[in-house]
Amino acid sequence: ALKKVKKQKVLLMGKSGSGKSSMRSIIFSNYLARDTRRLGPTIDVDLSHVKFLGNLTLNLWDCGGQEAFMNNYLSQQRAHVFSNVGVLIYVFDIESREVERDLATYINIISALVQYSREAKVFVLIHKMDLIQPVTREDVFEKRAVLVKRKTAEAVAIMRKQQQHQQSQSPQSPSNPVLDIDLQLFATSIWDQSLYKAWASIIHDLVPNLSVIETQLASLGMAIDADEILLFERTSFLVVSKWTSREGERNPYGDRFERMSNILKSWKHTCSKYTGTPRNAEQFSEFEYKMGTTFSMFATKFTTNTYILVCMPPGEARFNAAKLNVAAARPWFKFLDGPVTVAHSA
Amino acid sequence: PDSTATVPQPRGKPRLLLMGQRSVVFHKLPPSETLFLESTARIQKDSLNSFMEFQVWDFPGQIDIFDNPNFAFDMDAIFGEIGALIWVIDAQDDYLEAVRRLNTTILHLQRSYPHINIEVFIHKVDGLSDDYRLDIQRDITIRIQDELSDQGIENAPVNFHLTSIYNHSIFEAFSKVIQKLIPRLGQLEAMLTNLCRTCRFEKAYLFDVNTKIYIATDSTGPEDMASYEICSDFVDVIIDFTEVYGSWPRSREWRARLEGAPWHQPLEQQVACEWAESGMVLADARRPIMLREVDRFLALVAIMKEGSYEKMPQINMNVDVVVKGLTEFFEITKQKEVTGAG
Ligand SMILES: Nc1nc2c(ncn2[C@@H]2O[C@H](COP(=O)(O)OP(=O)(O)OP(=O)(O)O)[C@@H](O)[C@H]2O)c(=O)[nH]1
Ligand SMILES: Nc1nc2c(ncn2[C@@H]2O[C@H](COP(=O)(O)OP(=O)(O)O)[C@@H](O)[C@H]2O)c(=O)[nH]1
Ligand SMILES: [Mg+2]
Repeated sequence: ALKKVKKQKVLLMGKSGSGKSSMRSIIFSNYLARDTRRLGPTIDVDLSHVKFLGNLTLNLWDCGGQEAFMNNYLSQQRAHVFSNVGVLIYVFDIESREVERDLATYINIISALVQYSREAKVFVLIHKMDLIQPVTREDVFEKRAVLVKRKTAEAVAIMRKQQQHQQSQSPQSPSNPVLDIDLQLFATSIWDQSLYKAWASIIHDLVPNLSVIETQLASLGMAIDADEILLFERTSFLVVSKWTSREGERNPYGDRFERMSNILKSWKHTCSKYTGTPRNAEQFSEFEYKMGTTFSMFATKFTTNTYILVCMPPGEARFNAAKLNVAAARPWFKFLDGPVTVAHSA
Repeated sequence: PDSTATVPQPRGKPRLLLMGQRSVVFHKLPPSETLFLESTARIQKDSLNSFMEFQVWDFPGQIDIFDNPNFAFDMDAIFGEIGALIWVIDAQDDYLEAVRRLNTTILHLQRSYPHINIEVFIHKVDGLSDDYRLDIQRDITIRIQDELSDQGIENAPVNFHLTSIYNHSIFEAFSKVIQKLIPRLGQLEAMLTNLCRTCRFEKAYLFDVNTKIYIATDSTGPEDMASYEICSDFVDVIIDFTEVYGSWPRSREWRARLEGAPWHQPLEQQVACEWAESGMVLADARRPIMLREVDRFLALVAIMKEGSYEKMPQINMNVDVVVKGLTEFFEITKQKEVTGAG
């Protein structure tokens, strides 16, 4: 198969101070959570092109959330902002006291999005959950999620009616498919790994050749007898793909993927402080850990754009063979580094 | 946490007393979560699950144990066995009152328990300029020294540390405090220094894994906060990996398969080392770092020199010898404690 560079327009929207630029800086620029306290409000739109795995470019539109800007996006710049959107990430600050107003703004944004990019995916992040007492977090999130879903459904119903109305006015025009919105909600905080869970899901569907990656990770995992393999994008350390053995599925930590992102990101940060190299530079090439007769693991630079983490059963011989085989498997995954249009054999 | 209240503690175990602000050192929390630690409202006695069973007595900030007739404290029970008193002063707050209470405490201790080290943590110094920090330290030192001289006390064992939870300074300070209480520290340091010579290590630390406090380091190089930080974070990463992938009991089928064809060996014989061991190479290939678990509480962490990673088999042999030495060292210390108690 031939692959081309894919571009994806990603809108990051929500009220001013809700934490949009903070998340973007942590995920893509390796800020520490506490560094975000220094961020000022975003003026208009802060545009960045994030190269993701070589053959995907995210055009990230970090849209300043002050009211004047929001009104401007919805009026003068409406077509410019909302056309060709692949993903909208809408951020709610859980601490905000103006829930009704925040929802009204959200609905206005959704309407504009549906008008210009009806196929776009929508991710709603209920953010700053760390400010909610841990015992009530789940409850508070559920309640807010239900509210957002209900408001979205109501808005969609109204828009559907309008659409039907227009169609009945001009019956000869081709009828559109039934309007619906692909909506996913996450509870997030920059102070824990919940951020990585949300963002890994956001990028997951955007990654090109995902099924090829998955198939090849699975054959690698079985060939080397691993219990788990994680593939990370090298800058964000988001999990791009993963494979888990039957034994690995018994791992009680369902949140381990975002946890590993979090652990490795902060480790990267430590290394950068130690070596004095820039935050976004590569920091380690090799990490090995053998925990007696329980497990062993290694994390290593894999392709130009990825790191691989392999969790193995214990045993020296098995470990060494796995390392050799992972190195040998690199060429199978070269396509991750695109954008060169090469054919691969699978 | 109250189980220690009624059980008498055996002698010979260094005890730390923590007064003033509750410390976040022994809880692995992000700074934001300290919002939810409600202010210390009563005496808490926590026995750390750590290699020497240090005790952290967390005193309510607002109780003045010497001046308050409402609280009858058994002074001997509190101060009889402790090695050091840590007093936390909030540098971002008006500290005159805290210094006054500290002075009262020092005077009382100097009379009855002059052996106790008094360690003043000037805390939350992040956000203050370097100059301002030193000014505060100087001011507090003078206020304490003057008061002590007025009362005719010279050379009281009072030490100062500038700390913050936003870097490793608080752990370093705790490390220094604890090292003063370790019997035969010199011997431990000598072992690490030797290891550094034979393996050409730049720096080696013996960590208490649960607190990330270092019990000892080699005496080859100067003290170096950067090395301590990266080694300490390395321990953290290993703890996290261990939790994520080491926490569930593997199935019987899994083991049977791994011990069957083509291996035909129990897992115990397939591994080179029954304890945790780890190594990491930085991207620039300089200064790899290694970790080796010594026992349930202790880990050896060392910064190596360029090119050492390829020589790991030899290095591991040398490390094995030192680990054995360390184990024996602590066995002997424990036995002494037992005899001392009887
Ligand atoms: N407690 C907490 N604070 C957060 C979180 N995320 C961001 N913040 C803080 O919220 C403040 C505002 O964050 P920004 O990222 O600048 O907000 P923004 O959405 O980009 O705002 P505009 O650019 O004006 O639209 C910063 O001080 C962040 O440190 C979070 O998850 N929890
Ligand atoms: N800036 C700063 N804040 C700190 C530091 N240590 C603790 N804090 C904050 O001070 C507040 C009170 O801390 P806590 O330890 O609970 O104090 P306590 O009530 O006296 O026990 C919390 O909001 C912490 O986040 C520090 O080193 N720097
Ligand atoms: Mg912003």
